[in-house]
Amino acid sequence: MSVKKINEENFESEILNAGKTAIVDFYADWCGPCKMMSPIIDEIAQDENIVVGKINVDENQELAIKYDVMSIPTIIIFKNGNQVKRFVGVQNKNDILNSL
Amino acid sequence: MYRVIIIGAGPAGITAGIYLKRANIDTLILENGESSLEKTDLIENYYGFENGISGKALYDAGINQAKNLGIVVNREEVLKIEKEHKFKVYTNKNTYETEYIVLATGAKKNKPNIEGIEEFEGKGISYCAICDSFFYRGKNVAIIGSGNYAFSELEDLINIVNKVTILTNGKDIRENRSAYNNIEINTKPIKKVIGNQKVEKIVFTDDTKIDIDGIFIAEGVAGSAEFAKKLGILTDKNRIIVDNNMKTNVEKLYSCGDCVGGILQIAKAVDQGMIAAFDIIKNIRKGE
Ligand SMILES: Cc1cc2nc3c(=O)[nH]c(=O)nc-3n(C[C@H](O)[C@H](O)[C@H](O)COP(=O)(O)OP(=O)(O)OC[C@H]3O[C@@H](n4cnc5c(N)ncnc54)[C@H](O)[C@@H]3O)c2cc1C
Repeated sequence: MSVKKINEENFESEILNAGKTAIVDFYADWCGPCKMMSPIIDEIAQDENIVVGKINVDENQELAIKYDVMSIPTIIIFKNGNQVKRFVGVQNKNDILNSL
Repeated sequence: MYRVIIIGAGPAGITAGIYLKRANIDTLILENGESSLEKTDLIENYYGFENGISGKALYDAGINQAKNLGIVVNREEVLKIEKEHKFKVYTNKNTYETEYIVLATGAKKNKPNIEGIEEFEGKGISYCAICDSFFYRGKNVAIIGSGNYAFSELEDLINIVNKVTILTNGKDIRENRSAYNNIEINTKPIKKVIGNQKVEKIVFTDDTKIDIDGIFIAEGVAGSAEFAKKLGILTDKNRIIVDNNMKTNVEKLYSCGDCVGGILQIAKAVDQGMIAAFDIIKNIRKGE
């Protein structure tokens, strides 16, 4: 599957009510390390069993505040609508997948 | 504009430079005089020195060897690296552009040993002013650090946040840094960082406290771990992850020597410096 663009409108339906594990990458276009995270997120999205989304913090500040995102990239894993794990900074694909 | 900038003039950086120069590739080496070698009295396990050699003598000899081969080696502290189309390397004296970078900054630990710092990483503790200043618009932040690097981070925060406090954590600031008016300098040693969900206060060893919304860590001289966080280089426990050719996940950025971990010895650093240079030479010859 491809990476979904997540915003304040579709966050609940796509992530919280995804019905499967969801991984969200909080990023911004001007953030250098976020650019290195992007291909890794794309690779993770190949897995049909997980939902992968990207949230632009410039456009979705409410979501960033709600989830206390204060550093980017931040990657949060949700299961059944609950936040179960978060990573700050660029991560290895395997470190993310192993935590699922 | 250089083809390659090597950051670090220890065994890894100098060896990479020697091979690149042999291949006629325009290379600049930057160093700030702080190598692990200088902490070593006598090296007895490196090839070719029948009576051993002092670390300081070996470090200086390496730099002189590079200079004698025509390589430019400048004593400048690298503060920041940015990647756009090319890399931009900012030092305390100049700004350079380059196509390739070799990070050979050795193993140094900059993270201050203060209770609470690890706990609040990403929750008010940040290692990258340019990435995270956005989250602190109009807020009061602190920078832990006292050197050029701390003031370079300040530049990326000052126009965005409300107020910056420089926390030297017991150290002195030598230069006159009064050019800014909305900063305060506090030299008390720090005891811990406290908060609930996120950073709220800094407690000093004399048990006084200040309220703070965020803390940027910029102690000492920036090293591979700091550059990695800002460029998105993958690391494992602050060691740069490289492939067999010393390539990182960032295109045209290589790393070798102590900063990639493994055996922390001169022979290994020399070997890796050579491997990095060979791969860069190969890519440049292919026209990449
Ligand atoms: C006490 C001690 C004893 C040792 N004994 C031995 C021994 O007997 N035998 C042995 O083989 N090894 C020994 N080692 C290890 C050896 O010193 C290192 O493995 C080796 O120096 C690593 O080389 P390097 O090029 O990776 O990094 P380093 O030699 O540490 O060089 C790092 C370079 O990066 C530069 N640099 C870093 N940050 C910046 C910046 N921001 N801007 C500009 N320049 C920067 C520094 O100025 C320096 O030039 C010892 C180490 C120590 C600490």
